[in-house]
Amino acid sequence: MTYIAKPKFHHPGLKKNELGYTHRDYEGKISTLCAGCGHDSITASIIEACYELSIEPHRVAKISGIGCSSKTPDYFLGNSHGFNSVHGRMPSVLTGANLANRDLIYLGVSGDGDSASIGFGQFAHSIRRGVNMTYIVENNGVYGLTKGQFSATADRGSKSKKGVTNTDNAIDLVAIALQLGATFVARSFSGDKSQLVPLIAAAIGHKGASFIDVISPCIAFNNHAGSTKSFDYVREHNDAVNRLDVLVGRDPIAVDYAPGTVQVVEQHDGSKIALRKIDADYDPHDRLGAQTFLAKHAAKGQIVTGLLYVDPDAEDLHAHLNTVETPLNALEADTLCPGSAVLDKINASLR
Amino acid sequence: MSDKKPISSVNDFVVRFANVNGSGSASANEMFARAILRHGVPVSPRNIFPSNIQGLPTWYEVRVTEDGHLGARGGVDLMVAMNPQTWDKDVAGIEPGGYLFYDSTKPMPSTKFRDDITVIGVPLTAITNSTYTDPRQRQLFKNIIYLGALSALLEMDPKLIEQLIGEQYKGKEKLLSSNVHALHLGRDWALQNLKCPIGLRVKKSDKVGDRIFIEGNSAAALGAVYGGATICAWYPITPSSSVAEAFTSHCKKYRHDPETGKAKYAIVQGEDELASIGIVIGASWNGARAFTATSGPGISLMTEFIGLSYFAEIPAVIMNIQRAGPSTGMPTRTQQCDIIACAYASHGDTKHVLLFPEDPAEAFEFAAAAFDLAERLQTTIFLMLDLDIGMNHRLCRPLKWDDARQYDRGKVMTAEMLEEGRDFGRYLDVDGDGIPYRTYPGTHPTKGSFFTRGTSRDRYARYSEEGTVYADNMQRLVRKFETAQDLVPRPLQANAERPTKYGVIYFGSTSPAMDEAIGLLEARGHQLDRLRIRAFPFHSSVASFLAEHDFVYVVEQNRDSQLRQLIVNENGIDPVRLVPIVHYDGTPITARYIAKAIGDHQDHLKVTPLRKAVS
Ligand SMILES: Cc1ncc(C[n+]2csc(CCOP(=O)(O)OP(=O)(O)O)c2C)c(N)n1
Ligand code: SF4
Repeated sequence: MTYIAKPKFHHPGLKKNELGYTHRDYEGKISTLCAGCGHDSITASIIEACYELSIEPHRVAKISGIGCSSKTPDYFLGNSHGFNSVHGRMPSVLTGANLANRDLIYLGVSGDGDSASIGFGQFAHSIRRGVNMTYIVENNGVYGLTKGQFSATADRGSKSKKGVTNTDNAIDLVAIALQLGATFVARSFSGDKSQLVPLIAAAIGHKGASFIDVISPCIAFNNHAGSTKSFDYVREHNDAVNRLDVLVGRDPIAVDYAPGTVQVVEQHDGSKIALRKIDADYDPHDRLGAQTFLAKHAAKGQIVTGLLYVDPDAEDLHAHLNTVETPLNALEADTLCPGSAVLDKINASLR
Repeated sequence: MSDKKPISSVNDFVVRFANVNGSGSASANEMFARAILRHGVPVSPRNIFPSNIQGLPTWYEVRVTEDGHLGARGGVDLMVAMNPQTWDKDVAGIEPGGYLFYDSTKPMPSTKFRDDITVIGVPLTAITNSTYTDPRQRQLFKNIIYLGALSALLEMDPKLIEQLIGEQYKGKEKLLSSNVHALHLGRDWALQNLKCPIGLRVKKSDKVGDRIFIEGNSAAALGAVYGGATICAWYPITPSSSVAEAFTSHCKKYRHDPETGKAKYAIVQGEDELASIGIVIGASWNGARAFTATSGPGISLMTEFIGLSYFAEIPAVIMNIQRAGPSTGMPTRTQQCDIIACAYASHGDTKHVLLFPEDPAEAFEFAAAAFDLAERLQTTIFLMLDLDIGMNHRLCRPLKWDDARQYDRGKVMTAEMLEEGRDFGRYLDVDGDGIPYRTYPGTHPTKGSFFTRGTSRDRYARYSEEGTVYADNMQRLVRKFETAQDLVPRPLQANAERPTKYGVIYFGSTSPAMDEAIGLLEARGHQLDRLRIRAFPFHSSVASFLAEHDFVYVVEQNRDSQLRQLIVNENGIDPVRLVPIVHYDGTPITARYIAKAIGDHQDHLKVTPLRKAVS
């Protein structure tokens, strides 16, 4: 059996967040991934972000497809419901879950094989519908679980562990998400927790389709020279446009950065994103600019990271469908069923 | 060919309209059927249409049937031949002694007619062209003009048609009066120039009663509204699209919050069937009632998710409006050909619940029940309609709803139950019926959460590839399926007047043709007990029925006798005792066909002294 429970022991001195939860309350089972897998660092960042946001763990629904990356929801938020669905179909399951209960937080975890190949369509359509979710792709350029085949995000010219050169063009999920109208788009690196944690926190606070592509090296199959998704390669080619801090609504904004270098973005839920600019000219509210910026840097072999685009006034699928505020799963016969008197009228109209 | 006496019949004949798709004839033809209903005479209409939008032939057939037979009869007594493309075939299809109604504006060579039928020419194009200048008007009013002429020929009450026109164009005075005018144009021409009435006539009667006239798809969609479905995800495919379209329009009427105007439902047109069923599964996992509507090709795509629904035990409702397969098959023709595909959909050992409504009234009831069953059993429920019920208007008993009815949300453990300390193991069989408890996401801060997966797991939802754990789970799923037997609609049995060793099993849209065939068979001296199957898993009464009869005919509309296969498979019965009676050319099965197939087999068995068939 690969199931390993984590000991429940809580150190009395553990730091607590606003709700009185400790870090431990956001953990899940012990990971069964390879030691050093980038996906485990993303798990740690998700735990950190949820802890910092003081989210009630059970109010999160974590949904995934199939793959090493898709296994990770078992390793965080042990008190929330998880759903390991089928390969590439996380987005539709998440969309349905979200329609049923708009009050929960939806975290979609997927891999590059899961989202850029078999699930490319579902990825695209959940983004274009504006489903209120945080969609994280743990992008390693290979199929980890089926042992190292190239995925559709592998760069043309990059080499597999066995030395084979990839001759197909790569799909850049960030570019596609921008094009499809995602209202929060970011890219990060599993090895850069200080950048990733606030990005996840900000994405959770965002009301709309948030997409984060996290480059997450596969220790077993894609961490060699010639790979463009290895730890070394990403460190050397990482070009961050900004760094951010997330300030939960209630906190006073104490911005102690030099004026002009910080931009505060206020989101629907009252949370504020303090964006510290690294590239002074980069405007994360300009979708077209972001697309061009990304394309130019990709041509130079650079990996642009940070919050690339955000629309703080985004609307989600529920707004598009004009659904009631009460979660649809809480409505009962008394409000859903038109009753026999109406049926009699319907019958009368059919004669 | 010798002349044959013209057919003479009151309130019992078949009229077929041959038109061109896109000519706007549908509403006039439907009005013809409704007008006869308003005379108190039952009708059974059928659309026969191509998988094409414009230009190809379409037919609309109205069976006028005082006796209330709602199956297709076969044969045509009066052909309204408005399509030159299909003329020869249409003329050939008329019963000897029947009637041909055509547009006589252009003369036709006598070789284009038959000696044994009555030919009725009306210069429709000439009449319309002299009255209307706009080409679209000419096209549309031509249909109303032939309706007017037919009303005179069949001795119909024009007031009743005017009433229908009035209802259709309520508030649109101009359209109303111009339609009534066109009606009388045709009617007056016929009265003045033709011998009216002909041998076929409509006489006022009282055989319709309080029955309603509705399409199966619309009724099923209404069942979903009454059954509490709040989420519908679908992808367009004939003949199922009108389910989602009807659900949308019913929801717009009945499901908006009066104060805020907000919707108490969500309808998503998925990017494909994979997404549609995925949305249904996600929504149902999260405690909402959700469904999708599709047809064969959509079922093929959904099978992976259907396996997930079965194994991970998530409710889902799929309305499958069957059409002729395999592959794209005949998209606009009817069959009952997805029985096996749905019963065992997906890889591995799976079994699914199927419901077989016979008419729109049952489509309504079973659709509503499907949501209770899906939640009670935590699995996929298929509502198996077909094009014949789905896309045709049928007379059926009025829809009924009990206001005291509450939804059966199945075994859901609430926060209070968890607080009480109830042991929660997602896949524990606490009650011995194979059905475990579930919790909705977000229920309790520390208790009741679990991981849903399509991978094997133990009773506490923990991932496990242990063989015994897997087998234990699979056995529980079998137990659950056995429990389903007593929850699904039971078969209905009707016995012959005299004891007999022969039986017949049938289901779904075959029902009206079967009911009528029994009468024809009795006239031929054959006695048969009947069992109408209404669901899979089969109730134990199916096995008893099989045991009580030497031979059982299984009547169905597919090539391979799929229901028979399922019965053999699930009951371990000697296949020789189940005689397949199949019909699969895409048209609905008729009483004549069934009676001939069973009658011939019975004659062959020499079960009764051979009698000459009465024509
Ligand atoms: C329908 C189907 N096809 C193929 C597979 C086999 N499969 C499992 S995981 C996987 C790819 C995983 O790659 P990725 O999503 O990038 O995740 P990683 O393991 O690299 O994190 C494949 C092809 C499957 N489970 N289902
Ligand atoms: S195979 Fe790669 S992706 Fe999978 S767990 Fe190991 S390192 Fe991670």
